[in-house]
Amino acid sequence: MELFIQQLTNGLAIGSIYALIALGYTMVYGVMKLINFAHGDLFSIGAYLGLTFLISFGLVDKVGAPVAILIIMLMVMGLVGLIGILLERVAYRPLRKADRLAAVVSALGASIFFSNSLMLIYGAKFRVYPHNLLPKSYITILELHIPVVRILLLLVSFILMACLYLFVQKTKTGTAIRAAAIDQGAARLMGINVNKIISIVFFIGPALGGAAGIMVGLYYGQVNFLMGWLYGLKAFIAAVIGGIGNIPGAMLGGLILGVIESLGAAYISFAWKDAIAFFVLIVILIVRPTGILGERVAEKV
Amino acid sequence: MLKVENLYVNYGNVEALHGINLEVQEGEIVTILGANGAGKSTTLLTISGLLKPARGQIFFGDIEISKLEAHDIVKLGIAQVPEGRRVFSTLTVQENLNLGAFTVENDSKIKQVLDWVFHLFPRLKERRQQLAGTLSGGEQQMLAIARGLMANPKILLLDEPSLGLAPILVKSIFSTIREINQSGVTVLLVEQNARSALKLAHRGYVLEVGRIVLSGDAKKLVSDPAVRKAYLGG
Ligand SMILES: Nc1ncnc2c1ncn2[C@@H]1O[C@H](COP(=O)(O)OP(=O)(O)OP(=O)(O)O)[C@@H](O)[C@H]1O
Ligand SMILES: [Mg+2]
Repeated sequence: MELFIQQLTNGLAIGSIYALIALGYTMVYGVMKLINFAHGDLFSIGAYLGLTFLISFGLVDKVGAPVAILIIMLMVMGLVGLIGILLERVAYRPLRKADRLAAVVSALGASIFFSNSLMLIYGAKFRVYPHNLLPKSYITILELHIPVVRILLLLVSFILMACLYLFVQKTKTGTAIRAAAIDQGAARLMGINVNKIISIVFFIGPALGGAAGIMVGLYYGQVNFLMGWLYGLKAFIAAVIGGIGNIPGAMLGGLILGVIESLGAAYISFAWKDAIAFFVLIVILIVRPTGILGERVAEKV
Repeated sequence: MLKVENLYVNYGNVEALHGINLEVQEGEIVTILGANGAGKSTTLLTISGLLKPARGQIFFGDIEISKLEAHDIVKLGIAQVPEGRRVFSTLTVQENLNLGAFTVENDSKIKQVLDWVFHLFPRLKERRQQLAGTLSGGEQQMLAIARGLMANPKILLLDEPSLGLAPILVKSIFSTIREINQSGVTVLLVEQNARSALKLAHRGYVLEVGRIVLSGDAKKLVSDPAVRKAYLGG
């Protein structure tokens, strides 16, 4: 039981990270019908920017770790969001009318550009996050000791996701995003500036990915320029499991994947952890080709 | 109010409109008739800015709008109810209507138009929380028109509102269009249902494979032998 609960909470924590990244894939796909393959690298950029800010301004000494982390996280989100907007302008917008394959190649090119830039700037070795920032304590529930960090991570992810959900469901811009995802032409006939919507989506998705990056850095204590590849892939799987293009689906898919992976690592084999993710993907796609919450999208792809 | 001059539109290498001229005066209902593939939808989509002309100009008042972005054209007061309704099916009726008013800043104006729209289509008021995709075809057409009106347009472009509706519904939709026009909205109506359209409209144009072949008063067109033969079944 102890092992189960530990793995479950750990799975939820890592799953919420997958969910945050998956939201970027799914929102961009929703509006553009395009997989932003450079999204995982935006996550890495978030992790590295977080590292730089944490060690260079001395903000932690001035305002204390919690406030410093909060400020830095917001800065990282803003910056990675701006990089996302730039990415869309440079790599995708000129190809809007071109063949779908052109955009895929452009996405892969952007991904290589980002990861190599990180390697040139920060080096190819693992870099270590400052490790004295987060509480090392545990809270005890029914004799189970759960690390406070894990709960914080879950909490922050859920707050971010709740904000996004409210934004998309309740605001005028959020409704316009949903409309553009359903029918771009009709959305334009409503007077919605779809280019602006695309920029907003390319800000929000990468901003959430950047937040996930700094959270992974803090949780695991180290970052690497290639980390975005595996996280990106897992999050993409999570988005497909939940139903690509569907926002609650990405959240659900991330959590499911995190939990199954974590339980699988404990009860089946740690070495098979990544294979389990693909196994889950294959099973879900056989049972429900559109993903758990997805609608039929096959004809759009 | 709206003036289309020598309009050419291409899809890739294929020319769909070969130099169209038409005009709509303030307060009128003008209809464009034509068979499948004549270029009716192409004309409306170009006016709304979703397609860009290869040549020619479109004036709305004094403003040349053919190079403007679609969202700016809506802001000027041109709304379109597109062919096939294209309601946002996974959004609620109310959300669809809110989106129609996307360019309207004034909340009390939105409220006022919403009341009017619910007066025109009481059925929509009952179903405001329902997903648009669960409405019947006729209700979806009502929603599409209502959504267009929410933009508070000076001119409403309607693309085949009678498509796929039972005759009795067509009648009711057409009388609503008359009511909309009488409250001050100019209407440009694309139709294949020539009989009903000519009964409703003040003037009409007949489009054939990308060219205007006939135009004039609706009453005159109804009795025109060529129109009778091609569009009114002899
Ligand atoms: N997206 C497109 N790509 C290529 N050709 C198109 C496209 N849309 C329309 N066309 C062509 O342009 C011509 C005019 O089409 P349009 O849709 O304007 O006709 P329409 O008068 O609205 O017909 P309908 O009554 O069937 O709606 C047709 O020959 C059609 O095949
Ligand atoms: Mg048409």
